[in-house]
Amino acid sequence: MSQDKSVLLKIKDLRIEGYSDEHWIEIVHGIDLTLHRGEVMGLIGESGAGKSTIGLAAMGFTRDGCRISKGSSIEFDGMELTTTPASDLQSLRGARIAYVAQSAAASFNPAHKIIDQHTEAPIQYRIQKRLESQEDAMELYERLRLPNPREIGFRYPHQVSGGQLQRAMTAMAMACRPDLIIFDEPTTALDVTTQIEVLSAIRDIVDQFNTAAIYITHDLAVVAQMANVIKVLLKGDEVEEADTRTMLENPKDDYTKSLWAVRDFKRDQKPRPVDTVPLVSVKNVDAAYGDTPVLHDVSFDIFAGMTVAVVGESGSGKSTAARCITGLLPPTSGEILFNGEALPPDYRDRTKDQLRQAQMIYQMADTALNPKVKISEIIGRPAQFYSGLKGPALKNRVDELLDLIELEPAQYYHRYPPELSGGQKQRIGIARTLAAEPAFIICDEVTSALDQLVAEGILRLLDKLQKELNLSYMFITHDLATVRSIADEVVVMQYGKVVEQGPKDVMFKPPHHAYTDLLLSSVPEMDPDWLTTLLEERGVDNIGEAAKLK
Amino acid sequence: MNYFIIGFYALLIGASSLAAYYQKRTPFVLLFSLTLVSFVMGIVGGESMLWAVTLLAGMIAFSAGVSYSFREFLVLILPRDLAKEMRTAPLTAGFGLFVIFTYAISGIFAPIIAPFGEAEVISSAFAPADENMLLGADQLGRDMFSRIIYGARNTVGLALLATILAFAMGATAGLYAATKGGKLDQLLGRIVDVIMSIPSLIFSLLLLSIFGTNTATLIIVIAIIYAPRVFRLARSVGGNVVVMDYIEAAKLRGEGTWYLIRKEILPNSSAPLIAEFGLEFCFVFLLVAGLSFLGLGIQPPTADWGSMVRENATLISFGEITPLIPAGAIALLTVAVNFVVDWMLYRSSGLKE
Repeated sequence: MSQDKSVLLKIKDLRIEGYSDEHWIEIVHGIDLTLHRGEVMGLIGESGAGKSTIGLAAMGFTRDGCRISKGSSIEFDGMELTTTPASDLQSLRGARIAYVAQSAAASFNPAHKIIDQHTEAPIQYRIQKRLESQEDAMELYERLRLPNPREIGFRYPHQVSGGQLQRAMTAMAMACRPDLIIFDEPTTALDVTTQIEVLSAIRDIVDQFNTAAIYITHDLAVVAQMANVIKVLLKGDEVEEADTRTMLENPKDDYTKSLWAVRDFKRDQKPRPVDTVPLVSVKNVDAAYGDTPVLHDVSFDIFAGMTVAVVGESGSGKSTAARCITGLLPPTSGEILFNGEALPPDYRDRTKDQLRQAQMIYQMADTALNPKVKISEIIGRPAQFYSGLKGPALKNRVDELLDLIELEPAQYYHRYPPELSGGQKQRIGIARTLAAEPAFIICDEVTSALDQLVAEGILRLLDKLQKELNLSYMFITHDLATVRSIADEVVVMQYGKVVEQGPKDVMFKPPHHAYTDLLLSSVPEMDPDWLTTLLEERGVDNIGEAAKLK
Repeated sequence: MNYFIIGFYALLIGASSLAAYYQKRTPFVLLFSLTLVSFVMGIVGGESMLWAVTLLAGMIAFSAGVSYSFREFLVLILPRDLAKEMRTAPLTAGFGLFVIFTYAISGIFAPIIAPFGEAEVISSAFAPADENMLLGADQLGRDMFSRIIYGARNTVGLALLATILAFAMGATAGLYAATKGGKLDQLLGRIVDVIMSIPSLIFSLLLLSIFGTNTATLIIVIAIIYAPRVFRLARSVGGNVVVMDYIEAAKLRGEGTWYLIRKEILPNSSAPLIAEFGLEFCFVFLLVAGLSFLGLGIQPPTADWGSMVRENATLISFGEITPLIPAGAIALLTVAVNFVVDWMLYRSSGLKE
């Protein structure tokens, strides 16, 4: 295949405005971007940096309520997209520029078979006939190493796994052999083990067809594997651009450095206290949703003042274990001990004090805070409910809690959750749990919906609070970097069973249980050669099998 | 050919040319299609038809003007947040609000506005309009205009009370069923199914003939008939809220059901419930009018729009529009409330573009 390296996409002084509060506000402030054929550019930045907006603009598209300002220029293969009529743009999209969205599950139409959705664009643009296109799809499926490439396309989207669907989506983007593909956080919603399959598949296929790509993500380690060039964005402005190795080894801007430094947060591991009763003890718990068993003989202990991280892929029973502890899902057998005393299995049978002792912080702060209730009441209600505080005493307590989570009380007291950013909401969620003065807090993926810088702030806050208030955490996560920074002990779960558990330093050193090993080695590292090395070690062909390893 | 016809066409053609010159697409299409329609109507119906067209256009322009100025008035006098909402409201919403406002005023101040009492016989039966009686007299010689004004108070007041009661019952039960789930949810759901399976008019006729017709029974019967619809809506909206994490957090805190409903669920399901309130109000209003027409609603001599239509129905055969006036009052309020409800639905659905 000829490796043409000419300029494919040239964006000059791109400005995009968004309409809000009856005004047009500029959200992207003059971005320049040049992309050659066969080149992969990584766009990284926090949420609100304009990554996706720029990615979409590269297709000449803006979301509802946005517009590209006059004077911006988007030149795709010699064609000026800002002045091209909508009908011409339409025939460009899908055929020459393709888009892969974050959630494949939401982007596929659940009512049609995968292959029918795949062949839609080639047939519509009269590039291929139906049968030809189907044949082509099967070939692409094979290249993307999907299992049963000749049959998988005839399933419906809900009949394949998330990682497979994301790969099928990539195959669909390749259907018309586009010159440019825009990947918008394609692996963010996937587990680490699945992420590897998708990453390597995407990398191979982009390589094989000499396709240019814009890879949008907030995960630096991922972008390090995928991109030739990285562009760092902050609030619609470019911070810096350099090729991947230079950027990783020698970031120039302070903001980039701070992004790089996020993963440095590490805290000393505490040893397990001797001769004490564990604060929370899960003993031989089995649980089921209806007739489907989910947990099998799960046992672990959490001691006062310690952080126990529970890790595993989605569906491994991490959150179910938490639901058993809180009493939302009474276990079918086994028991939960708190300070050596058995807790009633159903939360409705627990006393107010038992409920107060164990609190929970949720993954999605958006759904964890009532949008129609003021911050003061969200935080104040547990204090009022458990301690019977009223009037000025209650207000003082709320102020105190807001201080504790490092938010200015006067500024937040009267606001509503939708007015806050993701990180601020998560802090409010923490304050609400603290208002109950608990001894034990379950943190259910508290940082996975947040940007790295913000997530790090939350982790530091949780650590500070643990020191000050001697809290115990059960930290549910699939992100091993988080585990590395905050945990004292680690529990690895798979298929509803505890695979391995022990102190963190022991857990992160070999020898491991095979599954722990797979999980640990799948966490992307900042080294640009990491993926290549890993794939060589594992042997490219058994990635699929490795993931199913039991 | 007289001056009116020449002026009529000259104005229309001139206006559409102006619109075309200034590249105003929508006004041009509107004006020019009106011109073409008037050509046909002028040929078919002659001059009188053109007068009708002019009158209709004038009325539409007049109500648009009224709605516009009323909206601007509201923007000026309302507090900031509400004013911002009003500014983006469509003209139809302004019109709806204006009509509701007018009805409210005439209902509240009925004794002051109406020149005569609602049961006062002042002239002969079916007397035509004169300087004393704006709209003439009804079948007993009572002033039509005064009765219309009093009707606003009686009919609308009754419908409002019945709707509020239906909502209080339906929403509470619906949210309670959504929160509790299980057997109670099933039981309430089946009761509601039974009530909804009986046609509302027949069911109300049945209940009213058992319990007799007085205002209190009427309100309760209507509320019972309409509460199931509210129950269904409240339960489904509540069902979406109940699964949120903040409800789980509140449950784990040990909060009682009543707190959950009042503080956590209700504020998050109020938007569709308010919109439904507007719609239900229209249905209840029509049911009250219908019952009165059948003689089971508000009892004479109390003025009521539904029964006024029935009592004066004979006049229709003499070419008089008197019975159409109370009917028009009902129609106008229904349309107005629906305009406002449309606007609220649009707002709560979040479809701004």
